[in-house]
Amino acid sequence: MSDEPRKMTRREFLTECVRGAGLLTIGGLLGGVVSRGRAQSTVWQIDPDKCTQCEKCATACVLNPSAVKCVHEYAICGYCELCFGYLADQRPDDTEAAENQRCPTNAIRRSFVEDPYYQYVIDESKCIGCGVCVKGCQTFGNGSLILQIRHDRCINCNQCAIADVCPSDAIVRVPAAKPYLLQTKG
Amino acid sequence: MLRIACLVLLLLYLSVAALATERFPSPEFSQGYQFPQITTPQPRDQVLSYIDIGVLFAALALAAYLVLKKRSRRDLVVLVIFSLLYFGFYRHGCICSIGAIQNVALALWNDNYVLPVTAGAFFLLPLLFALFFGRVFCAGVCPLGMAQEVVLLRPVKVPLWLDNALGTVPYFYLGVAVLFAATESAFIICQYDPFVLFFRMGGSVGMLIFGVAMLLLATVVGRPYCRYLCPYGVLLRLLSPFAKWQVKISPEDCHACHLCADACPYGAIKPPTPEVGTVSRQEGKTRLAVLLALLPILVLAGAGLVRLGSPLLAQVHPEVRLADRLWLEEQGRVEGRTEATEAFFIHGLPNMDAYREAAAIRKRFDTGSWILGAWIGLVLGLRIICMSVRRHSQEYQADPAACMACARCYALCPVEHARVQALAGGQTPVHEHADASIDTERPQ
Repeated sequence: MSDEPRKMTRREFLTECVRGAGLLTIGGLLGGVVSRGRAQSTVWQIDPDKCTQCEKCATACVLNPSAVKCVHEYAICGYCELCFGYLADQRPDDTEAAENQRCPTNAIRRSFVEDPYYQYVIDESKCIGCGVCVKGCQTFGNGSLILQIRHDRCINCNQCAIADVCPSDAIVRVPAAKPYLLQTKG
Repeated sequence: MLRIACLVLLLLYLSVAALATERFPSPEFSQGYQFPQITTPQPRDQVLSYIDIGVLFAALALAAYLVLKKRSRRDLVVLVIFSLLYFGFYRHGCICSIGAIQNVALALWNDNYVLPVTAGAFFLLPLLFALFFGRVFCAGVCPLGMAQEVVLLRPVKVPLWLDNALGTVPYFYLGVAVLFAATESAFIICQYDPFVLFFRMGGSVGMLIFGVAMLLLATVVGRPYCRYLCPYGVLLRLLSPFAKWQVKISPEDCHACHLCADACPYGAIKPPTPEVGTVSRQEGKTRLAVLLALLPILVLAGAGLVRLGSPLLAQVHPEVRLADRLWLEEQGRVEGRTEATEAFFIHGLPNMDAYREAAAIRKRFDTGSWILGAWIGLVLGLRIICMSVRRHSQEYQADPAACMACARCYALCPVEHARVQALAGGQTPVHEHADASIDTERPQ
């Protein structure tokens, strides 16, 4: 460092000024973000009340198969033998044969509990998230089957590709601490 | 009256919803059957996203050190590959600073959206670094830039006129993206991200074609996305000329040998300006005065023109499209329903709700399109003015706005070469070349 005070050129002075202003703006933005309360991160989830089971979840997700899967809320289920989430509208008979099932990938496993009740379990490795069973259950049953984004699969894109095409605006941002929108608590 | 109607509708809806869950009562099992547990896999831990922020900070700092202090392209390439793997393939290119623009815009104009810490940090940190070190984010951190950096084979020079014309596009892209994000219409930066589908290993066919085309183009044109599309580059471009430490090609007096300018794949190195300009000072003054007078006219014209297009822009918002379609259906001017109107009818809300919401959105678009138009006019005007202002420079300089700080030019500069040689031959082996040569020459 030289002892004589070096005069700052006009350009240098202006540059310093702009940098200062830039820092202040960034600081202000940062302060604004912090002052808005706890800036919680969000994840995407399907609001079952808005979902119309349009089947786009199966194809629009950037993942293949989709991060959306059918979730069974057993507490709401009626455990019917004649389940319209499980059985197709047009079917040769009521057996567990593949051609009788509504699910295109046979992802619903039926097991006998006690007369006359049957339990239906979703095999997530097979489920493609089309929501065909959900529609059947919502229309004719208790609505215990719902579509949910599974967060072990979802990569949480900044803009959900399914939300872009969802006709009922059912895909919403939810707090990451409460990532599922189930109808029952648990 | 309306309130009562709404209440009645709500009650009706609730009773229907209640019916749906009580169609078949939950059975009372006699043999102690237990409901299977509903699994709820949790999303990625919040702590990991703080680690992402830490990695971003470290990568930015390292890029600044390698480019400005160590001046080593070879070491920077290691960082380039690391960033591509971490922010690209491991983090699936999300969240990225470019996309974070939209989260910030959404948070600024919508009280019900709270900006996540990660999005805020990814947006602000590279800008902060740009104020001190220039575009070091572009140099070795941005996964989109890195994807193009690694495929660059034989860069051709983009003609100056084309470079200037295409260089205006990012400003418009930024304006439109902010408008759509602020009105909650769409996140177009994410939708038209050309490389994210490689990071995620999946996406639509259209985006695949776009992505592959961009990568092919990037083999002969240095970083086409960064230079002619990237909206975040606009912010960095505006800030980096004010950086405290900038890329200085020649460590001492420039020999004006032109080697660095030939090597720059991004056309960011400006040659020295001739002593005597092509236009006289008086002529230049008059031209500048005319252009400055033109600026407000351009701003107003832009604002007016884009405002005229506001109804068209508003169509991007799904609610507006829904309301328009509902209106046409109500008037009987179209047959059948779309998926969106079908979904709307399933929920049994009155059409008026959709119309009211769409009207509010249209109003926001009206305001937004004024601002967007003014922005476009301002950008055009200022760019023309910048082009006509004479620079003064005696040496080859990296234009701090356009320089991606890739460190390619250093190795070609003869003055830099002399410096490195001197370091290698000197007493203190501080450079990596020096270490290597000593190691090989040392007798066993």
